[in-house]
Amino acid sequence: MTEREVMEYDVIIVGAGPAGLSCAIRLKQLKPELMVAVIEKSAEIGAHILSGAVIEPGPLDDLLPGWRENPPPTCIPVERDEIWLLSQKGRRRLPTPPQQKNHGNFILSLGAMCAWMAPQAEALEVDIFPGYAAAGIRYTENGEVGGVIIGDMGVDSEGNEKDTYMQGIEIHAPITILSEGCRGHLSKQLIEKFGLDRDSDPQTYGIGMKELWQVQPGKSKPGLVQHTTRWPLDSKTYGGSFIYHLEKDRIAIGFVTGLDYQDPEFVPFEAFQQMKHHPMVRDLLEGGEILSSGARAIVEGGYQSLPKTEMPGALLVGDSAGTLNVPKIKGTHQAMRCGMLAAEHIAETGSWQGFDAKFRDSTVVKELHKVRNIRPAFYKGFWRGFLRAAIETITAGKLPGTLKVHADHSALKKLDGYTAPERHWINRDLPPRDRLAAVYFAATEHDEDQPVHLRILEPDVCITRCVEEYDNPCTRFCPAHVYEMVEESGDGESGANRLQINAANCVHCKTCDIKDPYQIIQWVTPEGGSGPNYQNM
Amino acid sequence: MKILVGIKRVVDYNVRIRVLSDGSGVDTDGVKMSVNPFDEIALEEALRIKEAGNADEVIVVSAGGDECQQQLRTGLAMGADRAIQIQSSEALQPLSVARAFLKIIEREDPGLVIFGKQAIDDDNSQTGQMLAALWDRPQATFASKMVVNGSSATVTREVDAGLETVEVDLPAVVTVDLRLNEPRFVKLPDIMKAKRKPLDVVALDELGVTVEGNIEVGNHAPPPQREKGVMVEDAAQLITELKNRGLL
Amino acid sequence: MSRILIIAEHDGQSLNISTAKCVSCAQAIGGDIDIAVIGSGADAVAAEAAALDSVTKVIVVDAEHLEAPVAANWAAEAVALAADYSHVIGPSTTMGRDLMPRIAALAGVNQISDIMEVNGPDSFKRPIYAGNAIVDVSAPAGSTVVATVRAASWKAAGSSGGAAVEQRAASSSAATHTRYIGLESGGSERPDLQSASKVVSGGRGVGSEDGFQVIYQLADKLGAAVGASRAAVDAGYCANDMQVGQTGKIISPDLYMAFGISGAIQHVTGIKDAGTIVAVNKDSEAPIFEIADIGLAGDLFSVIADLDELLG
Repeated sequence: MTEREVMEYDVIIVGAGPAGLSCAIRLKQLKPELMVAVIEKSAEIGAHILSGAVIEPGPLDDLLPGWRENPPPTCIPVERDEIWLLSQKGRRRLPTPPQQKNHGNFILSLGAMCAWMAPQAEALEVDIFPGYAAAGIRYTENGEVGGVIIGDMGVDSEGNEKDTYMQGIEIHAPITILSEGCRGHLSKQLIEKFGLDRDSDPQTYGIGMKELWQVQPGKSKPGLVQHTTRWPLDSKTYGGSFIYHLEKDRIAIGFVTGLDYQDPEFVPFEAFQQMKHHPMVRDLLEGGEILSSGARAIVEGGYQSLPKTEMPGALLVGDSAGTLNVPKIKGTHQAMRCGMLAAEHIAETGSWQGFDAKFRDSTVVKELHKVRNIRPAFYKGFWRGFLRAAIETITAGKLPGTLKVHADHSALKKLDGYTAPERHWINRDLPPRDRLAAVYFAATEHDEDQPVHLRILEPDVCITRCVEEYDNPCTRFCPAHVYEMVEESGDGESGANRLQINAANCVHCKTCDIKDPYQIIQWVTPEGGSGPNYQNM
Repeated sequence: MKILVGIKRVVDYNVRIRVLSDGSGVDTDGVKMSVNPFDEIALEEALRIKEAGNADEVIVVSAGGDECQQQLRTGLAMGADRAIQIQSSEALQPLSVARAFLKIIEREDPGLVIFGKQAIDDDNSQTGQMLAALWDRPQATFASKMVVNGSSATVTREVDAGLETVEVDLPAVVTVDLRLNEPRFVKLPDIMKAKRKPLDVVALDELGVTVEGNIEVGNHAPPPQREKGVMVEDAAQLITELKNRGLL
Repeated sequence: MSRILIIAEHDGQSLNISTAKCVSCAQAIGGDIDIAVIGSGADAVAAEAAALDSVTKVIVVDAEHLEAPVAANWAAEAVALAADYSHVIGPSTTMGRDLMPRIAALAGVNQISDIMEVNGPDSFKRPIYAGNAIVDVSAPAGSTVVATVRAASWKAAGSSGGAAVEQRAASSSAATHTRYIGLESGGSERPDLQSASKVVSGGRGVGSEDGFQVIYQLADKLGAAVGASRAAVDAGYCANDMQVGQTGKIISPDLYMAFGISGAIQHVTGIKDAGTIVAVNKDSEAPIFEIADIGLAGDLFSVIADLDELLG
């Protein structure tokens, strides 16, 4: 192996989402002489971003004053809020809790917003490199993080170099910012290596699925923000939907469910599709056309689960750290603030040291502290959670005591002795027909002749213990139908199955890495530029 | 010898094409744009010819608005030495592009001009052939192999009947097919180098080319959906159905 | 009244069927239809062309240097003839796509590629974005229409005509800058998947690499190319370059036979322009049946065995 080529920067930022781009822009605003690069695994900026999204504009006002004169495409002021409690056929309007009031906020496509931010960063001479995956961490001689290693390209499925092989380079920088979003694979390695979660609760997650629809003229009411809860979920499963009304007869519709669900046979994708068939939603979508779809894990642990955000040579920002505010159903403003805070810290001190203390003392963490007990309150079921949420909201989180957060992968019940709730789900007819059809609308693309980027650490478990204990839940929780148990034929043994990994379907949501009960699925970056090609998601 | 490579900015091949409901075109709102994949193959071939010592300079040329500079930069990052943008605010049809390229040829005097065999947006497959006609030079289209030997090139063409071989004197126009090569990945440091390579902008009217005789493009419609056909019971019925349709 | 000249495609011995398809397109445009047979010693071709329905005249331009379809030579002859015509059309085969733009440029007009439907004498439908959109196009009034005709959209015209055959001398001498070396045909091997008129394809339902042998055997019997779904490729039953669909090849054979393929949208995207789709799958609910022209719900191995026997 030849020595890798090296590029040097003052700060290297991994991931061009709202946190990473805000950090880059702020750094160059404060210290134009710093050399700053952002690398991004998606082929284009914004193509791996999937969010509702309703955002609070405060951080944008701070970061890019005057942005309202030149707003991102699709940016609609919220006009009205509705929250609906759904039963299978009925619905009841709930009062909107204060943290979910959206007056002054905007509905937009976060992917489009990032694509709009990137050229503004480039105008400040940030080097942005889409299509390149940070595959590994580069450590300095004394064990500090000293940058990243870009993944090799042109490697075949057996690991051999193809004609087009290109060795990835190393990017060296005294400070590395991890802004990979929820469950970033480098962030995960670093949290473990430096024990950053030693003093925090385990992180917990949700899976969010989203579709963009072109509906019949007149059905979309631009500026209307709707949320639903309960049906089709059982009372032990946390989640709900969002329906954001856009211009040009478009609707962004999505469904989020806590990955701490218990039923091993539960299929989050199916729950989303069932929700779409509730009379209220179905009415909206019927006769329309699906334009785009996708999925992404969401970090839900909040205050209790925040890891330490600094380590030698690097910082965690945004959802890589876990700054999303679950009760608000918003993470963008927090991610941006956090990215900006990191930039301000670096500009001021020239160092990663001391960031965590500054972070803990910031509005980002204060906001999370206020709502810390709302999400875990729902562990005891919907109504108890609802009540506690109301109390926590009224008291603005000032009551003493902090509920514990549990890990998602351990929440799954074993088949033996577990009875799944009766779901009363119906036959459905709105597209997409199945997960494979949904993947089509994610326009996901991976060169199939490359190493599988979903590594199974103990493959035997899949065909032995997991079959009996959980009936291979990966074949259900994955929204992209990556995992499949197929009959092994040819050797004449009947009933022998093997796990087929359709890695090319992967939409990079990270759910498998999170929910697998044995924690033996490891998501790593595929060749740069692979993955979904979201448009306006 | 100089090699000119024509590259076109097109909707990326991964984008799901959707026709706008008013029929005015296809949805390009927020979609990814790329170098036409066949043009990447053309550029790769030009770079290989240069690396083999058979050319001194590779120039990428694109016709279009300033947004096509992004694709020219990609070409420079792949290894082209410099770029020329033929600036035009309106979308140009192949004859106008060919006329503009002819003017560039008069300035640059290249030994080879290489294009992709077609652009994946309008699927015309015309520009290279038109340029060869206007230039009164040989053309070798749909190349799956090419060897440059001094003052001529031997090109294997992928035609319906098989593989056809022609020898053309240089200068010549070659258009390339999928199997010719696999384009290289762009190295990260080369993206930075590409920012410093020359990119000349020359307006269409500066070249003395006027757009005329355009094909009028009207309504766009989605392709007709396939419908469910007949079900047969067995192989014998299947054969009868196929025979009825003249397929056996 | 249109006067239409069709440039014949042939190999010196026989007329390519795409020429008869151009005649159908010309019939739809309406007007006098002549065919130009450019070549050397292609009398048999001229006779075939003269027999096509609705053809008024076959013009034979015969010269030694015109034997091979070198675009520079053929275009010079076509342009010399074109002055008398309102339309000059050719097939959108590799021959036509090589030649027609060269003619158009010499005539100083833009060209219309891949006519799939005729709206009017100067107005047509053609596919763009690999057939994902169909667009109406019109040539500017008063200019010669130079166009290629999409073979898959047209049926061949009948052969009960009797047009006059007229000889013309070549108007130009050979272009010395291009030397035709030769043609290496695909030979007796299986046809190329991308251009085959028949394709037999296998999916996950085939079950194994061994199972795929019956797909090859049936294909050979039918003179068909072999394709596969991504599921079959992923499962290792066959090579990646056989994949048909969104991430594989987009093909449009006259006949596509899918065995054990469920018909996920990703696969169907690759065959949406096929002439006739046959689906054999044991799951009668498989989505492939929603788009198949002929469906058979049953075990693919026994169906193939029966086909094998019946086809002899």
